[in-house]
Amino acid sequence: MAVFAGKILRDSDFKRDVVEKVVQRCLLVFGKEVSESFVSCIQCGMCTGSCPSGGRTILNTRQIVLSLNLETVYRYFDRSELWYCTTCYTCQERCPRKVRITDLMRAVRNIAVENGYMSKEHRAVIRYLYETGHSVPIREDVKELRAKLGLPEVPPTTHQYGKALEEVRKLMEELNYAQYGEEG
Amino acid sequence: MAEYAFFLGCLMPNRYPGTEVSTRKVFEKLGVKLVDMDGASCCPAPGVHGSFSLVAWATLAARNLTLAEELNADIVTCCNGCYATLLEANHLLKENAELRELVNGKLKTVGREFKGKIEVKHVVEVLLDPEIAGIEKIKDSVVKPLKGVKAAVHYGCHFLKPSERRSLHESVENPAVLDKLVEALGPTSTSYSTKIMCCGAGGGVRSGNRELTDSMTLDHVKAMRKAEADLIVTPCVFCQFQFDAGQTELEELREEERIPVLHITQLLALAQGFKPDELGIPSHKVPAVKLLEKLK
Ligand code: SF4
Ligand code: SF4
Repeated sequence: MAVFAGKILRDSDFKRDVVEKVVQRCLLVFGKEVSESFVSCIQCGMCTGSCPSGGRTILNTRQIVLSLNLETVYRYFDRSELWYCTTCYTCQERCPRKVRITDLMRAVRNIAVENGYMSKEHRAVIRYLYETGHSVPIREDVKELRAKLGLPEVPPTTHQYGKALEEVRKLMEELNYAQYGEEG
Repeated sequence: MAEYAFFLGCLMPNRYPGTEVSTRKVFEKLGVKLVDMDGASCCPAPGVHGSFSLVAWATLAARNLTLAEELNADIVTCCNGCYATLLEANHLLKENAELRELVNGKLKTVGREFKGKIEVKHVVEVLLDPEIAGIEKIKDSVVKPLKGVKAAVHYGCHFLKPSERRSLHESVENPAVLDKLVEALGPTSTSYSTKIMCCGAGGGVRSGNRELTDSMTLDHVKAMRKAEADLIVTPCVFCQFQFDAGQTELEELREEERIPVLHITQLLALAQGFKPDELGIPSHKVPAVKLLEKLK
């Protein structure tokens, strides 16, 4: 029996496979020094104390690292605080045990997204990327401003090159990434 | 003449073209050539798309990197987010064979391959590189020092962190490099309590939890006002966007309490004698009228 975030946990609450997915994702993208780092956590709380979001919300970074070790991290999937981290890296820089917290945070979010937990605002960002190649696409008034400043009205990005946009779309499809842009 | 592949990203060309035009002018003045990366996309944002799918993030970043590889030029960027993504993805893809193979497998479907032959630089890094420009050459290019102005210098997170891959090797807890650059242009850098805190916009927080983002911005502005700042200077167009647009979203802040925001390349261009109109400054949401009057 263990207590996590004030709740007594049952055997069925420990989900090794979710932690394994986070570890595998980190291993693939960042390598071993990240994927194995959380086991060194001594629960000192430096991360939580340093966190600009944690100072004003219920985000508790130390507990998220704990949940990786307890195999209860899946419990964060449907909690809004998982998305309160601004990826500022303050905790990761200050952690005395070199836990790669911000990298792990992104990996945990990846697995949450794969399990269908994603806000409609975030889906919209992916949709913009698919439709235009930009997460923040151009607007008519900015086109005018660009022209006034002597820049081409449309920047020389996917906005100007249709073939480039096709490449981005093709990649997003190949990666099964475009689907997340659809309404969930 | 030094030559760089100019990575635009999203916010600079699509919201703050004044920063784009300033960078182009400043580099021309310093004799550094910028080549456009035709067909580049979103970097994609490290804390946003990286949070959704690290594999998609790395692959789309790799596609952008291949555009610079084709130009045989190192990348320069004016956004800490673009810098973080392209720098990190470039390193990871160079170092990690398994990831590179996976990503190159995807890139093959669009006829591309990541080769790992270029580097990624932040605009401030390039400006301060004595072999490219350097602080002395920058000082020599100043014709209109912006004296009598107090600047709140905001570094932004990904300019300095994670520190392990940053070639500036600047302290993340007590950085000074940008303050020195700002002071070389005339203003004094005023110290304020939230200096190394995040602007609040990263990690998908601005798109998903605007109130949280803006609450961090409010803390910054309060601290900056206490330090009597006339101006916010940042090397990141995403922080620029958050401070400029964010201040106008804050009900707690009266209009006259807002502090104008400039990207470091806009400040440099002003000091080099370019007019505010040429640099898109009047298009910012927080007007810089009072500040510009002070400079007359
Ligand atoms: S700072 Fe590091 S060691 Fe301390 S609680 Fe956070 S993750 Fe654990
Ligand atoms: S990276 Fe995220 S969790 Fe860490 S201090 Fe910054 S906001 Fe908090």
